Amino acid sequence: MSNLAVRLLPVPLFLAAWEAGCRMAESTYFPPPSLIAARARELWFSGPATRLFLTDAAIENFVPSLGRMFGGWLLACFAGIVAGVAIGRSATLSAYLDPLIQFGRAIPPPALVPVFIVVFRDDLRMLLATIVIGVVWPVLLNAVDGARYVDRVQVDTARVFGLTRTQRLVRLVLPAAAPKIFAGLRLSLSLALVLLVVAEMTNGTINGIGYELVYMQQSFDMPGMWGIVALLAVLGLVLNLSFLLLERRTLSWHRLARRAV
Amino acid sequence: MMIRTAIRGAAGVAALLLVAEAAGRTGLADTRILPLASTVLARVAELAGDPEFLQDIVATLTVWASGLLVAVALAIPSGVVLGSLPRAETALRPLIEILRPIPSVALIPLVALLFAADGQVKTTIIAYAACWPVLINTLYGMHDVDPLARETLRSFGFGRRAVLLRVSLPSAAPFVMTGVRLAAAVALIVAISTELLSGGVGGIGVFIMKAGSGYRVDLMLAAAVWAGILGMVVNALLVRAERSLFRWHLARAGVVA
Repeated sequence: MSNLAVRLLPVPLFLAAWEAGCRMAESTYFPPPSLIAARARELWFSGPATRLFLTDAAIENFVPSLGRMFGGWLLACFAGIVAGVAIGRSATLSAYLDPLIQFGRAIPPPALVPVFIVVFRDDLRMLLATIVIGVVWPVLLNAVDGARYVDRVQVDTARVFGLTRTQRLVRLVLPAAAPKIFAGLRLSLSLALVLLVVAEMTNGTINGIGYELVYMQQSFDMPGMWGIVALLAVLGLVLNLSFLLLERRTLSWHRLARRAV
Repeated sequence: MMIRTAIRGAAGVAALLLVAEAAGRTGLADTRILPLASTVLARVAELAGDPEFLQDIVATLTVWASGLLVAVALAIPSGVVLGSLPRAETALRPLIEILRPIPSVALIPLVALLFAADGQVKTTIIAYAACWPVLINTLYGMHDVDPLARETLRSFGFGRRAVLLRVSLPSAAPFVMTGVRLAAAVALIVAISTELLSGGVGGIGVFIMKAGSGYRVDLMLAAAVWAGILGMVVNALLVRAERSLFRWHLARAGVVA
């Protein structure tokens, strides 16, 4: 705990330096952090206590955004793991699909946002399509990689002991691939946040974090704009840390096994 | 074996194209919205000879390269300095952890107000996004230096500078290169995002936006295909550079014989 305190010690120092720098510069473009925090509180965190102090604006924009992000991410996780494990376990399938996968992941996902806007027309499907197509690649590639290199002796042992295909998949392949898959899931989660913002900024979504950002820019609300950026930073950090925690709990057996060797 | 894999790969691509074509021909997919695969392929070929689209590609490549260069020029020295000063790194680590997850596209409105010139806005945004993989990989490489080699040089009376130049930097170089390759992929994604969001005179993203306002899905998809080809080519070039430059490292890591 004290270790953490020492590591976090620089944070207040940075905040103080940032505040002092902005006050000296007196630039409209660089409001001091105290002003940003006050504006963020006024905009999003001054609601009633029964709603965790969230204002209407916060609920209208953040809840749909988070829903889209997690929805798209979960869909991509499911599709990526299922397809990835299948491809990783079958050399034939992998040979047929490899060029398509290599090409698919090379297409920058934002390039498809305008296509989805025209094809889908309604916001939700367009946002979900953007996120799913964009974040499925890290999950898929890591699942392929993880499922492909399962210990040969373990596979043979399982076969000799008469485990069925399903049993081998659940008891051997999935656990063996899990560390790689988790690495892919974490990468794709941060990518999902980026694509959410791109997609919400590109088209005329009626709400969302990206929409708020564009709105702040158009109304020249500097502290509000910085507030959104700060909020995204905190969101990204919290998502990453929570996922790390989940990963540690789920994969504790893996770390223990590694340490024992 | 190699040939069989190649044939199967080609068969996979052909099958997908055929299914897409059939879906359009049989009316399963509305061709007024989603064009036929053959139409898109024809547009892909046409765009290759279109001087205006070639200019867009050059524009994208230019902002991409300039953003990447700025990122590399800033991130490698910072990584080397922080990597050799553990205290400074501990102090700055929380700052890095909080700045890194900010989606760089969210900075576009802010940067667009700060700089008047369109190129500067794009370069700044791309550099911001691309500097993190380089920085993190440089730091990782600096930590991964073999302590035995470092201590040996030290005990022979070499100074800090000599240790840095002869041991730390060569040992960190392959990691830095991997970081640059990852950053190149990120930079292309961000380059096209900035073109979509902040417009400008040219670029693949600008081309796609224009095609979108005319509901030309065939042109949009063809441009996206070219963006994908571009990404693959640059990645392949960087992988090759990595292999030939750091053959010794890969051999030691057991990647190539």
